[in-house]
Amino acid sequence: MLRRTLASNMRAVVGVKHTVDYNIKVKVKDGKVAKDVKHSMNPFCEIATEAAMKLKEAGVVTEIVAVTIGNAKAAESLTKAMAMGADRSVHVVGEQAEIDGLETLQVAKVFAKLHEELQGDIYFMGKQAIDDDQCHVPQMVSALLNIPQGTFAAGLKVADDKSSIEVTREVDDGSQTLSMKLPAVVSCDLRLNTPRFATLPNIMKAKKKPIDKKKLSEMGIDLTPRVEVVECAQPVERQGGGKVADVDELINKLKNEAKVL
Amino acid sequence: MFRGSRRVLGNVMVLAQVNAKGVTPASLSAFTAAQQIGGDVTALVSGKAAAETVSKVSGVSKVLYGEGSSVEHDLAENITNMVLGKAEGFTHILAPSSAMGKSVAPRLGALLDAQPLTDVAEIHSEDTFTRGTYAGNVVTKVKSNDKVKIMTVRGASFDKAAAEGGSAAVEEIPSSESGQSAFVSAASASSDKPDLQSADVIVSGGRGMKDPSNWHLIESLAGKMNAAVGATRAVVDAEWVASDLQVGQTGKIVAPQLYVACGISGAIQHVTGMKDSKTIVAINTDEEAPIMALADYGLVADALKAVPEMTEKL
Repeated sequence: MLRRTLASNMRAVVGVKHTVDYNIKVKVKDGKVAKDVKHSMNPFCEIATEAAMKLKEAGVVTEIVAVTIGNAKAAESLTKAMAMGADRSVHVVGEQAEIDGLETLQVAKVFAKLHEELQGDIYFMGKQAIDDDQCHVPQMVSALLNIPQGTFAAGLKVADDKSSIEVTREVDDGSQTLSMKLPAVVSCDLRLNTPRFATLPNIMKAKKKPIDKKKLSEMGIDLTPRVEVVECAQPVERQGGGKVADVDELINKLKNEAKVL
Repeated sequence: MFRGSRRVLGNVMVLAQVNAKGVTPASLSAFTAAQQIGGDVTALVSGKAAAETVSKVSGVSKVLYGEGSSVEHDLAENITNMVLGKAEGFTHILAPSSAMGKSVAPRLGALLDAQPLTDVAEIHSEDTFTRGTYAGNVVTKVKSNDKVKIMTVRGASFDKAAAEGGSAAVEEIPSSESGQSAFVSAASASSDKPDLQSADVIVSGGRGMKDPSNWHLIESLAGKMNAAVGATRAVVDAEWVASDLQVGQTGKIVAPQLYVACGISGAIQHVTGMKDSKTIVAINTDEEAPIMALADYGLVADALKAVPEMTEKL
């Protein structure tokens, strides 16, 4: 695996996913998820893009490449990344059917393949995609490339010589700080930063930035699914709606009816 | 493993964790899921002391453990390598839905070339499982065709296996430093309150608490009820509280006996993390808030008044 020797130039690669918008309450129609609804950049991918931008503004990173694997419309999220400040993008385009069936291991393999060309020094990705909720790709890319992973990052420091980073991670009972050599993969959690808005002038500038388009089917990745969807449905809604008039009644019911006090 | 007309049984490995209080609740749920798959259940843990504790879990046949500094801090690269050294012959590898489980399971998938599944909520057979997507708004039943099925287990969906009654043999296995990441420091954010994932009662606060200066009302009620404290993503995002309190799609999934939601509207992303609670109480000024349709007992009131009133009257 090649690593560019110019330590002064550092390239951040940001993986972004174009997902059903965070605010949409998704519905199942005819056994399939109805996806003809508003889409936007996965919220954790915004945090990833912002993380790269902070390093660029600090003069640590010299170039940011945004990457997405998606259908044609996924280019909107690349435009968003470039409006936030990414310099250029790579769009691995798939047909809708290919994208619908895409599994996280396949996505990770595409990123691993792209590393041959992109040679990222630091990979930023969101910790979790809010559509599949798998929370896989950063860890898989790290394993496939045999480079370290700093998952659920809430804090990040780059060493002065740019050869290593310290990642503060959210763990079950608090936080943990790890150091690791670059190149590495960082998955971004909520408290890492607050993503900037893409201003209209920046969106206009973004439309002029280059997007290198590749075909998913030509990436040399086996797209045969390992997991079949047997059934897809809306969950059974829990029945609630009980009311109490005041705190006294609440305490009474909890003690005598629910028997949880 | 039997074939033909017999039901296919597994040879299941469970990555388990132990903390100061014993085998973690998430790990105990993973053991239950393992037993539902059927077949032999082997635990894999870090440290001999942890292995002795896990050897007492009911239904575990054997406990493998790595020892030494390489396994002290749940470094994902080290744990992955330790598991890979022993993965041969296992049909299933289960991990709890913890920071460790989520960091390691996908690595195992990549290196064993298997597609893992996150937060499996039901085991139908050795190859068919149910998990949620879109913040639990969609429930999918899936069949894995991989030779080894790798998954994290949704703790709230499985009863905890008994932590006593077992007497498994323990065996040390090789472990080593990958040299890829190194531990620098750790900070435990939690207080003396019970742990979110094992507490019987959780008192949780949302934006309806209006200001971080009001958060002490949540803590007081929790203290009175000997409850754990939970929070919505909104208040974690606003940095009122540490993120280890976050309940929801991108935080912790909980299923206590009683969940008291104070000033929480009930957005899907939060609900998916607490809808398995046995009893749900909601205190909100908005009668139409989504949480009210979910709650067993909804109190239409200002949490800033009702919460201290409840603390006082309990």
